[in-house]
Amino acid sequence: MEAHLVIEDGTVFKGESFGASGESCGELIFNTSMTGYQEILYDPSYKGQIVVMTYPLIGNYGVTEEDVESGKVHAEGFVVKERSKIYSSWRAVKPLDVLLYEHGVTGIEGIDTRRLTVMLREKGAVKAGIFTGRNNAKKMVEKVKKSRDIAGVDLVKEVVGNNPYFWSKEGSRKVVVLDCGVKYNTLRLLSERGMKVLVMPAGTPWQDVVKEKPDGILVSNGPGDPAAVPYVVKNLANLIERYPVFGICFGIQLIAQVFGGKTYKLKFGHHGANHPVKDLNTGRIYITVQNHSFCVDMDTLDKNDIETTHINLNDNTLEGIAHKKFPVFAVQFHPEHAPGPPDAVYLFDRFRDMVELR
Amino acid sequence: MINMGKRTDIKKIMLIGSGPIVIGQACEFDYSGSQACKALREEGYTVVLVNSNPATIMTDPDMADRTYLEPLVPEILAKIIERERPDALLPTLGGQTALNLTVQLTEAGILEKYGVEVIGANYDAIRKAEDRALFKETVEKTGLKVPASGAAYNLDDALDIAGRLGFPLIIRPGYTLGGTGGSVAYNIQEFKELADAGLKLSPVSEILVEQSVLGWKEYELEVMRDRKGNAVVICSIENFDPMGVHTGDSITVAPVQTLTDREYQAMRSAAIRIMEEIGVETGGSNIQFAVNPLDGEMAVIEMNPRVSRSSALASKATGFPIAKIAAKLAVGYTLDEIPNDITRKTPACFEPAIDYCVVKIPKFNFEKFPLSEPYLTISMKSVGEVMSIGRTFREALNKALRSLEEKFSGFEDILLPLETSEGISKPGPNRLFYIKKGFNEGFSIDEIAVISKIDRWFLYNLKEIADCEAEIKKYRGRKIPHAVLKKAKEYGFSDRQIAVLTGKKDEKEVRMLREKYGIAAGYKLVDTCAGEFEAFTPYYYSTYE
Repeated sequence: MEAHLVIEDGTVFKGESFGASGESCGELIFNTSMTGYQEILYDPSYKGQIVVMTYPLIGNYGVTEEDVESGKVHAEGFVVKERSKIYSSWRAVKPLDVLLYEHGVTGIEGIDTRRLTVMLREKGAVKAGIFTGRNNAKKMVEKVKKSRDIAGVDLVKEVVGNNPYFWSKEGSRKVVVLDCGVKYNTLRLLSERGMKVLVMPAGTPWQDVVKEKPDGILVSNGPGDPAAVPYVVKNLANLIERYPVFGICFGIQLIAQVFGGKTYKLKFGHHGANHPVKDLNTGRIYITVQNHSFCVDMDTLDKNDIETTHINLNDNTLEGIAHKKFPVFAVQFHPEHAPGPPDAVYLFDRFRDMVELR
Repeated sequence: MINMGKRTDIKKIMLIGSGPIVIGQACEFDYSGSQACKALREEGYTVVLVNSNPATIMTDPDMADRTYLEPLVPEILAKIIERERPDALLPTLGGQTALNLTVQLTEAGILEKYGVEVIGANYDAIRKAEDRALFKETVEKTGLKVPASGAAYNLDDALDIAGRLGFPLIIRPGYTLGGTGGSVAYNIQEFKELADAGLKLSPVSEILVEQSVLGWKEYELEVMRDRKGNAVVICSIENFDPMGVHTGDSITVAPVQTLTDREYQAMRSAAIRIMEEIGVETGGSNIQFAVNPLDGEMAVIEMNPRVSRSSALASKATGFPIAKIAAKLAVGYTLDEIPNDITRKTPACFEPAIDYCVVKIPKFNFEKFPLSEPYLTISMKSVGEVMSIGRTFREALNKALRSLEEKFSGFEDILLPLETSEGISKPGPNRLFYIKKGFNEGFSIDEIAVISKIDRWFLYNLKEIADCEAEIKKYRGRKIPHAVLKKAKEYGFSDRQIAVLTGKKDEKEVRMLREKYGIAAGYKLVDTCAGEFEAFTPYYYSTYE
């Protein structure tokens, strides 16, 4: 079936539909990872976004049972040059289009993704829509224009459940994960390090978190605008001086706000698995996984309290902070990887050590 | 150690070239050596170059400060060292020849005598990578596996090991140059003969009997590391031909196509750990892996602690100048201190993201070697290779086949002497065309996969080319519709090929039709970053999209 990818400026790309049919709008961003499409699709941080893969051949190894990173596929749409009609892997259980179909997500192939990427690089992230079947161009552009802008929107409540749950009950120390849209690999890495993992929705009142008597708190990654969830920042403000805290991605943006920091939107964000980040304390460089459209403004943080621990070597943006008095640290990249290089999992060891020292 | 950029305690660096062109060691090492000369002189070092082969770019008068066209033997090198008194020796850019000479010079005490420091990879690292037993020990230290094996000094020992491991078995005679005499035994009779021959070939009468991973998927990673331990993978390569065909003789594809991120990352981490454990201090290394297609079991096959044949491919495939960067790392720079020439704004400390598919096809010249059998085994036989870039595997493959200058116009029908299933199962230079013949004769993808052990993903893509050809043929003597012609061009068919398939007068007729339809080649940039950053190097490939 034919399908169209429509940009808010009126540009229309024609392609073929795969996965679910229908229409979906979202912010269009590109990801430069060459493997890991399944984990990307399942990442709750992509809520509200249509993902363009810059690598042209997608779906080659199908979909596996193990590489599931959340309860469902969260991306609003998926744009590729070519979806493989065959999948080959001893672990694969189904093809990519079936996964998208099952989760009601529209995909489009046959798109010149390179042209699209260069456009996004130059113009910045834009609103776009995928429409399957025959459609009137004017109407499609109208719909895209009218679709919501993710700046200022609380997307966390759209991806997080209402109830707390234990990921693992084994372990001598208990960690509460404040769930803004956590990926399962974060939970796996915590429990592998011998910690009891209780996942609580980010909006849980801080008193309820305290009642659980945690030994540490992890603030997870999540979708959308970090300035749109003041209630989570408020909660966090009441917890941050009581426990060791580790923030990932969206988590760093919330923690920074607790200490008076401000966030801003990047032109087209960082989405990929090859970003060099330098640990300023050790001088070591890690190849990191990144997926963020917003960023903490370094200059809005009080240097007396907050230390910059990591920076991105591509554009010198802020990648990590630590509090000078409290055992609180956070990074903008994804040490839990999946997909991408596991170079920075040492941060989970650092968190475990903090939790155990408490 | 604090960040301090390049070393100022060394001034004069000796570089060893790779000598004569032989199978497995050709112009790629002239390329890497030349790059290194330029990079080192750019940094103000005095370069002393030794190479016995005058037919190289690196020995052109303005490449090095001092150039010696002398035999590459330790005695002569010792004399040059005595005369030139270099501060350092960089052995990792001149192929296996340079590494072997470095080992000999170290063992003879020459380097110590004249206070020459080996930079890049030192004696211990070279030995750990080269010596099979040391390599096995080193790999196992990192928690990874090599194929099970045992060393034998006589036929009885060899038979014992064979009984333990089961057939087929790989026999590698010890201490022969470049794996000469390596063979595969499928049964006890063959084994007795080949083991006996191997024992005789080895100067120390030693053979390594190794569990065969024939038919497993084969992969290679190109890794770079700096003196602070920062490591990046420049390029991942998947072999179309499974284990059993030398990498130099295999059709290879970049990046990897059929590994999930989980498996790819496990391989990437393994490659970096091995490089650390072997002790390659700075520069590039190439690490080869085999993966069991049934359960994903991974084994480490070998590692080259130097810039290799594959590094040249990886450089061209990604736009990342491996040899140049390796030279800069050897003199003390770290990856974050070297700019990425292509983006100018970002550092060389990153992993290239590519947004196209690269196919390498080896070129053979069996006519010139009448005594060698036209079959591909574990010792290399190809005399060159071509590389092409396309947006899909199909497009890149067709372009590469045309580039071979073997008069192939793509994945097509050619006259073949063998019976089809034999040609598919026995790896030879024309295996691709036997697969084509197999499709014509109604072999299914699964049947071909079973007898060739080639991954179904590749076979399916080949079948798509064959199906497209059949579709084009339908328009014999008729006008080709827009959609069919566009698809054919996207699949990498040439105008001439389309003209032949449809009985047109010549390629001009197809070209004119294309122009009428507005189907024209576009040019896309090779920029190391999949379009994420602006690029300044004019390196393009053509494609139809």
